[in-house]
Amino acid sequence: MATQTTDAGQAAGGAAKVGMPQLDFSTFSNQIFWLVITLLVIYFILSRIALPRIGGALADRAGTITNDLAEAEDLKSQALAAEEAYEKSLADARAEAQNINVLMRAEIQGQLDEELAKADAKISGRTKEAAAELAEIRNAAKANVKIVAKAVAKEIVAALGGKADAKTVTAAVTERMKG
Amino acid sequence: MATETHGEAEAGLVFHPMDQFQVTPLFGAGPVEWFTITNATLWMGLSILVIFVILVLGARGRALVPTRSQSIAELAYGFIYKMVEDVTGKDGVAYFPYIMTLFMFIVVANFLGLLPMAFTTTSHIAVTAVMAMAVFLAVTVLGFVKNGFGFLSVFWISSAPLVLRPILALIEVISYFVRPVSHSIRLAGNMMAGHAVIKVFAAFAPLVLISTGIGLVVTPLSILAITAMYALEVLVSFIQAYVFAILTCVYLRDALHPHH
Repeated sequence: MATQTTDAGQAAGGAAKVGMPQLDFSTFSNQIFWLVITLLVIYFILSRIALPRIGGALADRAGTITNDLAEAEDLKSQALAAEEAYEKSLADARAEAQNINVLMRAEIQGQLDEELAKADAKISGRTKEAAAELAEIRNAAKANVKIVAKAVAKEIVAALGGKADAKTVTAAVTERMKG
Repeated sequence: MATETHGEAEAGLVFHPMDQFQVTPLFGAGPVEWFTITNATLWMGLSILVIFVILVLGARGRALVPTRSQSIAELAYGFIYKMVEDVTGKDGVAYFPYIMTLFMFIVVANFLGLLPMAFTTTSHIAVTAVMAMAVFLAVTVLGFVKNGFGFLSVFWISSAPLVLRPILALIEVISYFVRPVSHSIRLAGNMMAGHAVIKVFAAFAPLVLISTGIGLVVTPLSILAITAMYALEVLVSFIQAYVFAILTCVYLRDALHPHH
């Protein structure tokens, strides 16, 4: 009867068809047959072509990402090492500069001290020389003063009408000059 | 009113909400034999075609940076793969192609059924029951093959007090055998009910042609209702496919790891 209703036409919408078509058992074998075929076809499409392909693409991508990440990590550590080396060489250079600075300063100080000592020695030499010259000049002046005084005294005595002998004048000048 | 007006010419409203589910031969009008090419055949074939386009043609590129169509295929793959892995564990991944087959067929058939004039293959209990029974039998056989009679411990809740265990075991056995029924009726019922409701609203839509008075109110309302139901059905189509797949995974987990 159920098979009859299917070809009775939908237009009539007969009372026999009002129930649920889901419960029309005459169509079950048809649906099940085609469902099984459909599921088998889908299963073979998926398991033979689609899933391995998509899975492969996903695995490739995951692999690439992992590799890239590892590479990035590697490069990062390299960059860090380079930065460390740079910092180290900078610190070294700074220390060396400090050393050179200290050495240079010491050297310059030494040279300076030496020069100073030399200059001091020269100055003291000159000073002595000058002192000696000064003493000489003084002595010469003293002698000259004696001579001039003797001459002047003699002349003064003569002008006064006295007659001074050299001995007395000399003694007198000498005594005066002492005082 | 809806039941009254059925087929009555004077009311002018025609309610045939269930006609869309009829299985009819595609060519000619002979009886539906098991091999007859019917509208069910056509829409199942179309679902194969859609799955082929999405998962095979769409993912053809295998590009490192996926194209849009490849993304859809990979999204579907990743979604179900992760679900299988999360629910059944690592050893359940071997059954991923079967669950993917079921999910893809159901989700595509559900969405195809939403096209106007379409036939919804998954609204038929014959279809969902076959899938549910296949899952039930496969899981039961697998449980005994993998665990021997240890599989029976799935009914013996060792964490419950000893007194309660026989009672719980009885309940567990009953629920175990009800599984294929609920599994299949949930999907078919959801699909059928939603489509039938849309059809009922659709029958109200031309009321304005018959009586302009009440029709001015009913027609816009029913069109609005059709839109809302359609949106809901889009949601339900996906959710029911997902529910079917995740329940399959849950049953599979019971078979692989019967000890709670």
